[in-house]
Amino acid sequence: MSIDSMFVHKMWDDDELKKMVDGGVPFPMLSDAGGKVGKVYGVYDENNGVETRGRFIIDPDGVVQGYEVLTPPVGRNVNETIRQIQAFQLVRETGGAEATPSGWRPGKQTLKPGIDLVGKVWEVWKTENAFD
Amino acid sequence: MAKKANVGCARPTGGPVGEEPTETSQEQQTIKKEEQSMIMVGQKVPDFEAPGYQKGEFINVKLSDYLGKWVLLCFYPGDFTFV
Repeated sequence: MSIDSMFVHKMWDDDELKKMVDGGVPFPMLSDAGGKVGKVYGVYDENNGVETRGRFIIDPDGVVQGYEVLTPPVGRNVNETIRQIQAFQLVRETGGAEATPSGWRPGKQTLKPGIDLVGKVWEVWKTENAFD
Repeated sequence: MAKKANVGCARPTGGPVGEEPTETSQEQQTIKKEEQSMIMVGQKVPDFEAPGYQKGEFINVKLSDYLGKWVLLCFYPGDFTFV
């Protein structure tokens, strides 16, 4: 979503994005002229009249589970976004019985929050696990 | 999910969906403007409706139509920049 009109979205997809992605961008490219939606989400930069790089993970209940907002010059890391979605999906599937500690990736150990874990995280999770 | 939109020469736009903000006095409005509101994690996201483009068609998208699915909503400064 950006402040550009859907006409500009079409031209961008036709002229450039189709050269990067076969068949063009598959998902909706939304228009937020005037930044009305961006304002509600806290990502509209009124001084420059554009949206900042805001990214929101929304679960099937419409609850925002996480977001990241960057200033325009720095791009995002899609792998990290996908990792976070996988982590939130795991938590949801286990009904909150499992949690993902720092550095978790699919296949890595999860934690089971509860009284038995109090003071014992150091036994099951090591600091090197925080890194890839 | 997304509905096909009929397009004329106008530049359509969307906006937040839901309850209208209640009337506030001039003074309250000034205070409100100075606050930078931010979304709270663990809370429902504000619903919105917006026009857009997808695979050769102009569309209208309402966020709440995607209930039951995981949604990644991305804002970016502008077309023809990197994302």
